[in-house]
Amino acid sequence: MLGAAVYLALALGTTEVNWERVWEGLPRGKQFLLAFAPPDFASRGEDILDGILESLWMTAVSTVIGIMLSVPVALGAARNIAPLPVYYFCRAVIAISRSFQEVILAIFFVKLFGFGPFAGVVTLSIATVGFFAKLLAEDIEDMDASQAEAVRATGSGWFQWLNYGIQPQVMPRFIGLSLYRLDINFRESAVVGIVGGGGIGATLDTAFDRYEFDSAAAILIVIIAIVMCAEYSSSYIRRWVQ
Amino acid sequence: MPTSIRNGSQIWRRRERGRQLAVWAAWFSGTLIFVYCFKLISDKTTWLFVLDAWTQTQDMAYRMVPPNWSYLNVLWRPLWDTINIATLGTVIAVIIAVPVAFLAARNTTPSVAVVRPIALLVIVSSRSINALIWALLLVAIVGPGVFAGIIAIALRSIGFVAKLLYEAIEEIDPNQVEAVAATGAGRGQVLAYGIVPQIMPAFAGITVFRWDINIRESTVVGLVGAGGIGLELSSQIMELGWSSVSIILLAIIATVVVSEWVSAKVRHAII
Repeated sequence: MLGAAVYLALALGTTEVNWERVWEGLPRGKQFLLAFAPPDFASRGEDILDGILESLWMTAVSTVIGIMLSVPVALGAARNIAPLPVYYFCRAVIAISRSFQEVILAIFFVKLFGFGPFAGVVTLSIATVGFFAKLLAEDIEDMDASQAEAVRATGSGWFQWLNYGIQPQVMPRFIGLSLYRLDINFRESAVVGIVGGGGIGATLDTAFDRYEFDSAAAILIVIIAIVMCAEYSSSYIRRWVQ
Repeated sequence: MPTSIRNGSQIWRRRERGRQLAVWAAWFSGTLIFVYCFKLISDKTTWLFVLDAWTQTQDMAYRMVPPNWSYLNVLWRPLWDTINIATLGTVIAVIIAVPVAFLAARNTTPSVAVVRPIALLVIVSSRSINALIWALLLVAIVGPGVFAGIIAIALRSIGFVAKLLYEAIEEIDPNQVEAVAATGAGRGQVLAYGIVPQIMPAFAGITVFRWDINIRESTVVGLVGAGGIGLELSSQIMELGWSSVSIILLAIIATVVVSEWVSAKVRHAII
């Protein structure tokens, strides 16, 4: 408690806030919000549609690639089925890909692969690995070892053991995580565009740069609507799977 | 047990024929969607730049190594700012998210028809707009600096904290609440003695979890001018100071690892 109080005092004391500037900005903020209303879907309608579609493609491709990359990493990062050196290596891969925000990764991949959706896809795929492999590995670690052992006792090979002993146990979680990641990747595709990774983020950034706040509001509303749809449908699919 | 007959003998099958076909069809359509989307992406890609990537990687690695260690001295202040953005942002978010969560939970909301949908809309809007976009807006309104970052992180976290918290509230044991109400407790007392003790562990866990995520997020809000280490990162990238960039990246990894360790410790202590 005391530590928290000391920290708060220190943090508040050293945070430089230019209150004058904040105060000055408030009326501007009001103007800003007024500029958002009413949202203008029409005048940049084609660009918005293009951006949204590009974001959706990026989401689909990067989720699939990300999951394909994550499965071997997750197997390696599960303590109960991987040898120790492999375990440490895979955990390190996960830690590194989790440390960096999508945007930071995107800056580098845009430099390496050039502007456009490809850099965005690579970014989201790598980011998916950190998330998906970590949670899947935890699920594999929590599985019932006796089932896997029973399959092994029938004399199955390594792949058969994976496919019949482990895969059925983690499948519900696997599907749930994939849907969740699909949702996250769509939301993140809205920001990788700000640094040049394509998708709706690029459209949004352009709208801000042109001070077309009514178009920006339209884009934000479209993003919120799609995320809401995704959230509802994913909860239905998850219920249907279980 | 599903079986099939081949050469007169029964053979074990994993699934019935219809189910097997359904699974196969799902895989097939999934693959089609993937290939089609990939084609659309690849049409928009300049492959010349992609093929060039290996040379670019080597070039970048050459510039980033060795890291410019002396630059570390400049970084302490932005790092401290980054941690403050995450912590103060989490504190503000929690203060706002708690009432929102109580308004959104089916069993504590004053009105299911009016208040609950509004609370849910607040949660969804805050969750679907990334901290970076909030920061972009706030930098224009309150000016560049740490303050914009704190508010951006707070606005973004409200939805997350409120969503997990209201799910926890909906899962509480109603018997305990009833028992407290049966003693003649008022609405506020029921809240304080019947509900709050039940959600306290979940609440603490969610807060620490979000703080951990916020440490990561606060490293990027600086890219659009909202203070912290992201500001240094973007300025060094602009100046092509790659050897300093590698130091910043190492500092970010170190911060994230420490924060993850701290949050694991705290969660362990709570649960």
